[in-house]
Amino acid sequence: MGKSSSVWRRADTWFIVGVAAMAGSVLVVAAALVVLLSIQAAPAFQAFGLGFFVSRMWDPVDNEFGALPFLYGTLVTSFLALFMVIFVGIGSAVFLTQYVKGWIASVTGFLIELLAAIPSVVYGLWGIFVVAPWLRSRVEPWLAEHFGFLPLFQGPQLGVGLLAASFILAIMILPTVASLSRDVMAVVPAPLKEGALALGATHWEMIRTIVLPYSWPGVIGALMLGLGRALGETMAVTMVIGNRPDISVSLFAPGHSMASVIANEFTEATSEVHIAALSEIGLVLFLVTALFSLLSRWMVVRLMARAGREE
Amino acid sequence: MTGLHRRKIVNALAAVVFALMVVLAVIPLFHVLIYVVKQGLPGLSWTFLTSLPAPVGVPGGGMGNAILGSLILVSIATLVSVPLGIGTGIFLSEWGRGRFGALVRWVADILSGAPSIVVGLFIYSLVVVPMRGFSALSGGLALAVLMMPTVARSTEQMLRMVPHTLREASLALGATWAQTVWRVVMPAARKGILTGVMLSVARVMGETAPLIVTAFGSGFWPTSIFKPIAAVPLQVFVYAISPYPSWQQQAWTGALTLVLLVLFINIFARLLLRDRGAQGR
Repeated sequence: MGKSSSVWRRADTWFIVGVAAMAGSVLVVAAALVVLLSIQAAPAFQAFGLGFFVSRMWDPVDNEFGALPFLYGTLVTSFLALFMVIFVGIGSAVFLTQYVKGWIASVTGFLIELLAAIPSVVYGLWGIFVVAPWLRSRVEPWLAEHFGFLPLFQGPQLGVGLLAASFILAIMILPTVASLSRDVMAVVPAPLKEGALALGATHWEMIRTIVLPYSWPGVIGALMLGLGRALGETMAVTMVIGNRPDISVSLFAPGHSMASVIANEFTEATSEVHIAALSEIGLVLFLVTALFSLLSRWMVVRLMARAGREE
Repeated sequence: MTGLHRRKIVNALAAVVFALMVVLAVIPLFHVLIYVVKQGLPGLSWTFLTSLPAPVGVPGGGMGNAILGSLILVSIATLVSVPLGIGTGIFLSEWGRGRFGALVRWVADILSGAPSIVVGLFIYSLVVVPMRGFSALSGGLALAVLMMPTVARSTEQMLRMVPHTLREASLALGATWAQTVWRVVMPAARKGILTGVMLSVARVMGETAPLIVTAFGSGFWPTSIFKPIAAVPLQVFVYAISPYPSWQQQAWTGALTLVLLVLFINIFARLLLRDRGAQGR
């Protein structure tokens, strides 16, 4: 008895050390990712310095690399996608938490989350053959006719381009925004809501004066997480953005993004500087998405903690 | 009284607007699903599922090698990431209250949100460069890096849902921590953990970007994990951007195969979890 118990005690120590080491491997992987990408990106940083981020020259033949067109494409498509998704994402979260209950809420929520399960290459395929032709034949002519005085909606209507990429991105980040917003709206303390209703507020007034203000920091967190997803999305964007390293004001024009240029050129890059330039773009992309996911997490966690205290 | 009337109208309008938002949100899902089925189904056949890709102009051909390749890649990823992920999840839920645990949690969240193409670049410099070539192994490892943090966090959540009284009862009976975790806590959370694993498998099954710079793709049957290998999402990508209608048809059928697999796993995983919730009472 005594002996077997001491064997178990020793196994206990090893078990804890083992799972702690596994947890440590997460840190090792993340650190290795940053270090290896930095090493791989070093030649580009040495050659171009910080000018890399403000130069719009991208010429693999002359080994001249500037990332500005990709930064521009990524930022424009991601923010436009966020803008498109704000009302639908937050609106469906309100509906799912404040208007319906039980199986309707869970089935509808599941359907929205399924949007996140569809592989991005399938969205890209759908984008090429459904969204781009639709934009070209319906949406872009309409925008040009009614808002054509804005430089945003001028130029040839190709279908494929910044607008198409933004539209697909909006659909892809919708489940992220909607389900995280739903989670934070679900924790708004019931006494606050009941108080508003007892004072005579209508259902909508209760949502406007209690639910939205209370969950606002968390909803911002959800939007930031969605933005982070949009910044890093690769395949669907590559397939519909047009892959041209230009900076155009028009949303109809083809563009390029940080993730899509890596996917397009990495395996065909022959010079060391080209590979380094693409790796530097990848490193920046990682750091930016990491920042957004940390900020988002911080805001949501803070809100959840507050709700927990006030429950 | 007119004020109240107006407020009631606004209230009703708000309900309609919010309902409309949900409808707008699910339209793309149904459009994508219906369209993929409509376009992909005509090409779905035994030949498609079992033969090698055919050159342009040659009828027939399929994604047999890509389907097998995807299965191999996902198996490598699962073998590597599931033990590590579950171990990490155990640590986080049972001993992860300190600073180290908080750090691991933060970093795991960052990694699970990292752009998949960047993870591909990482494995490229870690595995592809030293081994001097694209390979199934590197593709599987890239997918493993994407899976592992997700498995860890979902395992942690499921273990936390196991009531503390169970742990106390086990410890009070003289069991060690390892015995408690292994024989009491883990079995109680088994279905939840399995659900988490299945959902992350479904996620990496459709991953394309990291495979471009690791597994690379291939037109032949897989022979070795040290050689480039085909995968369904890669093949769909290549065919989708090709100018040939017969290849585009194959892309749709490949997309249908992917979507069916992913949806099946998702729905099955959900049902499994619901079942667990019902029994837990």
